[in-house]
Amino acid sequence: MYHIISIRDFERSDLDYLLDRAQEFDTGNYRPGMLDDKLVALLFFEPSTRTRMSFATAMARLGGRTIGVDSVEASSIVKGETLADTIRVISSYVDAIVLRHPKEGAARLASEFSTVPVINAGDGAGQHPSQTLLDLYTIRQSMPVDGIDVGLLGDLRYGRTAHSLALALSLYGVTLHTIAPGGLEMPANITLELRERGMEVVEHPNVEEAIRELDVLYVTRSQRERFPDSASYYNVASSYRITTDLLDGVKDRLMILHPLPRAGEIDPAVDCTPYARYFEQARNGVPVRMALLHEVMR
Amino acid sequence: MSRKDPSGGLLVSPIKNGTVIDHITAGEALNVLRILGITGSTRECLSIATNVESKRMGKKDIVKIENRELRTEEVDRIALLAPQARINIIRDYKVVEKKGVEIPEILRGVVRCPNPGCITNTNEPVASTFEVLDKGLHCLYCDWLIKDDIANLII
Ligand SMILES: [Zn+2]
Repeated sequence: MYHIISIRDFERSDLDYLLDRAQEFDTGNYRPGMLDDKLVALLFFEPSTRTRMSFATAMARLGGRTIGVDSVEASSIVKGETLADTIRVISSYVDAIVLRHPKEGAARLASEFSTVPVINAGDGAGQHPSQTLLDLYTIRQSMPVDGIDVGLLGDLRYGRTAHSLALALSLYGVTLHTIAPGGLEMPANITLELRERGMEVVEHPNVEEAIRELDVLYVTRSQRERFPDSASYYNVASSYRITTDLLDGVKDRLMILHPLPRAGEIDPAVDCTPYARYFEQARNGVPVRMALLHEVMR
Repeated sequence: MSRKDPSGGLLVSPIKNGTVIDHITAGEALNVLRILGITGSTRECLSIATNVESKRMGKKDIVKIENRELRTEEVDRIALLAPQARINIIRDYKVVEKKGVEIPEILRGVVRCPNPGCITNTNEPVASTFEVLDKGLHCLYCDWLIKDDIANLII
């Protein structure tokens, strides 16, 4: 059985294959009813409207159906029940499970108890592989991923999208530039792992120093709850904010990505520059998730 | 362990049947017992010597457990704390088996994941599972890396 749990489970050829499949779905090169006999459970134990809708849309476009529970219903269903038991029961109803859960490693656990494929749609501060795939897909739409310079900006300590994207990029000979406020730097063990995978990782004190070298600038969400008080949050947030002034002299092909929703990290004035690609990135969630759903159920 | 061995024999008397764990990293004897699940309330008759002079190690600890022969999977856990430990299985005062310890590739249910957000720290029916790497222990559920202080995380 094929589960999608962590980006660490993928080799480069697996990623390339899934990205190629996503492109076929994106260009309409598929039979619309290909999953019309399939039913998927969307189990969201924590709210994420965007991810959930994007999986639901992907399934609908393939002719399949979804059942699901949102975070409020889920918390009442599981009162006193382990995730393991919930998964055992639900997996007997459906052809695949898409799981979002607040605990790290929940998707791995679910895959051990499920009789159908499990797709991880985010487990706590852990993995979120479909996000990473759509990030890669968005980059690959504009340029070959091999050997480019990618900057990660923002909260690199807790930002799981940044960690898992960095791991994936390490398979493509990418040079990684990290730009993080004090205290929110990339954890040392992740940096070590990236370097062990042969990746060049360069740390920068600020975005001005790095931005002209970059092909991709990936901005992460700053989570206010990570800061001791709102003043220090606004301080950091404003010093790491991307504005049009910063974009003087950048490479023509620079693309700015963000997993959305944003919270002021990117000035809306940047939206109408050719570098802003985050809305396109969000749209790519659908073909990438179509490829994942199709792959695990075919 | 023979009576001629001055480092062990004089301090701790020989046992008739059981296990002698020698060459334990000095100061780790009690942690070794903990990792073996041997606590104050167990029935085993124990002798412990700590900071014994050793030619090879400077100082070492020795543990003798009477009437219990350690199984390989128990023994290998010891390697986490005392990689140089030597295990002697004793029957009728004779060493019938002598072996080193080997760190297993996967540790299941041996150490607790320090990450409070890890699914293995909930009431789910799974044991903590770590892959043993050169740089530390890697949680196969949440990807946490334990680099030190392993003794305090032993379940
Ligand atoms: Zn863990």
